[in-house]
Amino acid sequence: MWLIPLFPLAGAAFSLVARPGKRIVAIVAPGAILLAFLWSVAAVYQLAALPSRTKELPLGMWLPNIGAAWGLYLDPLSAIMILTVTGIAFLVHVYSVGYMKDDDGFVRYFGYLNLFVFFMLLLVLASNYGLLFAGWEGVGLASYLLIGFDFARKGAAGAGMKAFVVNRAGDAGLLMGLLLLWSLAGTMRFADAHAAIARLGPGAGVVTAIAILFFVGAAGKSAQFPLHVWLPDAMEGPAPVSALIHAATMVTAGVYLLARAHLLFDLSPHAANIIAAVGAFTAIFAATIALVQTDIKRILAYSTVSQLGYMFLALGTGAWWVAVFHLFTHAFFKALLFLGAGSVIHALHGEQDVRKMGALKRQMPVTHWTMFVGAVALSGIPGLAGFFSKDAILAQAFHSGATLLYLTGLLTAGLTAFYMWRLMHLTFYGETHVENGPVHEAPPAMAVPLVILALGSSLAGWIGVPKGWNTPAIFRSFEMWLNPDAGAAVPAARTEWILTGLTVAVALIGISIARYFYGHKGGVPHTFLQLVRPLQGVLEEEWYVDRIYNAVFVHAFSRGGGRLLNRLDTQVIDRGVNAVSSATRLAGSISSWWDEWVIDGAVRAFAYSVKLLSYPVRLLQTGQLQTYALVLVMGVVAFLSFLAFAR
Amino acid sequence: MITSVHYVALSAVLLVIGTAGILTRRNLVVLLMSVELVLNAVNINLVTFGRHLHSDSGQIFALFVIADAVAEAAVGLALLIALFRNRQTVLADEVDSLRW
Amino acid sequence: MLDAVFFWAFALVVVAGALGTVTFRNPVHCAAALTASLIGVAGIFLLEGAEFLSVAQVIVYVGGIMVLFLFVIMLVNVGRAEQEHRFSHNAKLATAVSLGAGGFILYLLFSRPLQFAPINQAPSIVQGNTEQIGNALFTTYLLPFEIASVLLLAALIGSVVLARKRAEA
Repeated sequence: MWLIPLFPLAGAAFSLVARPGKRIVAIVAPGAILLAFLWSVAAVYQLAALPSRTKELPLGMWLPNIGAAWGLYLDPLSAIMILTVTGIAFLVHVYSVGYMKDDDGFVRYFGYLNLFVFFMLLLVLASNYGLLFAGWEGVGLASYLLIGFDFARKGAAGAGMKAFVVNRAGDAGLLMGLLLLWSLAGTMRFADAHAAIARLGPGAGVVTAIAILFFVGAAGKSAQFPLHVWLPDAMEGPAPVSALIHAATMVTAGVYLLARAHLLFDLSPHAANIIAAVGAFTAIFAATIALVQTDIKRILAYSTVSQLGYMFLALGTGAWWVAVFHLFTHAFFKALLFLGAGSVIHALHGEQDVRKMGALKRQMPVTHWTMFVGAVALSGIPGLAGFFSKDAILAQAFHSGATLLYLTGLLTAGLTAFYMWRLMHLTFYGETHVENGPVHEAPPAMAVPLVILALGSSLAGWIGVPKGWNTPAIFRSFEMWLNPDAGAAVPAARTEWILTGLTVAVALIGISIARYFYGHKGGVPHTFLQLVRPLQGVLEEEWYVDRIYNAVFVHAFSRGGGRLLNRLDTQVIDRGVNAVSSATRLAGSISSWWDEWVIDGAVRAFAYSVKLLSYPVRLLQTGQLQTYALVLVMGVVAFLSFLAFAR
Repeated sequence: MITSVHYVALSAVLLVIGTAGILTRRNLVVLLMSVELVLNAVNINLVTFGRHLHSDSGQIFALFVIADAVAEAAVGLALLIALFRNRQTVLADEVDSLRW
Repeated sequence: MLDAVFFWAFALVVVAGALGTVTFRNPVHCAAALTASLIGVAGIFLLEGAEFLSVAQVIVYVGGIMVLFLFVIMLVNVGRAEQEHRFSHNAKLATAVSLGAGGFILYLLFSRPLQFAPINQAPSIVQGNTEQIGNALFTTYLLPFEIASVLLLAALIGSVVLARKRAEA
């Protein structure tokens, strides 16, 4: 089992360190993921055979004090995750071989992509919160590297940083939650920690606190309001990156975390309510913005935010397996949509504005039909994947009694259908406004994954059929798999049918309106536009969220901080330097005074004293011969007298 | 009776006169003459003691003194002439360049 | 008795001549006095039995040195001697010192008897003085003799070099 994350790690190391040629990497990188996928399938198969359906694999101690070990843990939840991650990742890798064929950073790209898969697998396979957090940070890093892949572009580099910083804000909350959990339980290991929490019982304040802090982290990673701002900008990265990371896997890490720790929310209704409310709000908030976006990827980005809101709504209303189910189906069709969008962009040589597309149906049939499937799935049309999962969420919301949230979700479904078909119409149908011709269909490397994902989108839903439908057990295997102990309460069939009908009706209404606005020659009706003009402005500015953040955080910190540092520099540091220089000058002047007066003075005094003493002596030098002679004679006489008398 | 003492006294007197002359006279030529007086005093002394001690050395020494006096007088007067050429004077007081 | 008379006569000449040398104003007069003194000294030598030396004294000193002195006086002193002071400014002190020194020597001389034992025996064979000197000079004192000749050569050359006329520049 431990091989599963190892394959992509090896692939990443190989690509980044050894820097091989393009052709080799094109084989090795997807190959590593394929191997991981196959191993995952094998592992899950084996897991199913185990009676407890859990398997923990400790691999050694990492941080003993915290209880974080190198250990892997496989249970139904993580099984779903690894299958989804490796499967979608493999398809994205194959697609990327075609998409990134002409890029100079080909090798680096696949290195980063493999690295990401490694961290994601580490995250979902961790046996304790410590290792999970390590994987959590790692995917954040990989996301930064991949968003800012084309780092020469200012937009891309900035978007990468924004993603990382906003993520960090969320991570701060998560870290606090983890520390709180550790202080409570003394360990990070899932089983032990959960047991400790269970002992506290429902309604404990600390449980609520941990739950909310976990949610803050999840909100950062999964782009919930108000930490959603990085996801639309993350579209600066290549389309396959958006497909893998920002649709199918990384953004779902938050959902996984909360699913893993669902005990917290079972025990804390307050936290659960907050999550559900934020999720629902985010869903409709993002959907409204998606209505007016003109960049094809940004539409899909906001759509992702919206669908993630759905998942959190589900988590908040107590049905974590429903959230995971939606995660599973969403992975398929959102990845499909992103890869399809990538195909369109690739065909139009980099054009991403939907207003400059149109009538591509004829020229790109494969792309069109696969995206068609994806759009239908997203809209929640019966028969395809999205329908089952979305319907389940709404049903859950309704049944848990949060009517307002239910209505919000319902309305959002309608908006979802609308903006999705707006995209379809503007891109594939109607008149062409293409400026970047000629248009060509996607190459096989890109087309084949599209088809596979389309199939998945269609069929994946059928394993999560609602209980009320009285279908054979196999169609409900997802829920059974995850949550065998779910309550046996089966809601009334009639309620189910009404709810389902409402969902479908809303979706169809959305599609029709979109068709009316964009499918006809006349375009959007004038009166309608007049009516919504003020609203349209607000939506286009994304509810001014980015503007507010920019002003509050960016400008304030950078300018204010800059000014503060400037003042620090001039007042404190320069003053210090000047003081030192003044002191040095002072020392210099003292030293020179000493030298001049004391030392030179001594020398001068000495010379002067010599001169003083020599004055009398020099008078002896008269230059007169006879004076000298006289002195000489006197000396001789003295000597002789000494000899004669004194001896 | 004339003893050696008389002779030695004579040489002493001659010595004193000669010394006084050296220390006193301004004219350098006269100064050199006074030097000759001193040398002669020495000679008398030498000869006297030579005779008193029955030794030849006295007279021999006196002979050499005479030779030496000759040399010294010649060189001294040559110097005097050279000095006169440069300073136009032969007076001792006027030749004091080496004063302080 | 006779030797005393001669002694005192010659002594008088020597001393008078010496006094004249240091006293006369005119350098020529000084030279004359010196000559007289030197001749007196030659007489003293004769009295003491140093015949060779006395003759040498007259020939060399009087005949040579004094002539030289007179030549030089003529060269450097013409017309100037009478105007200046003849004694230096500290003459009194100098004279006093000299007289003091002299008194001192005489006192030493006369205060004690002269006690020197003769070095040699009185000569058994009496040679003539000149012969005697000649013998000693060419045997025992040969080296100083030769050195004295070198000295005279040096003095000769030196005085010629010092006193010659400089070439016109």
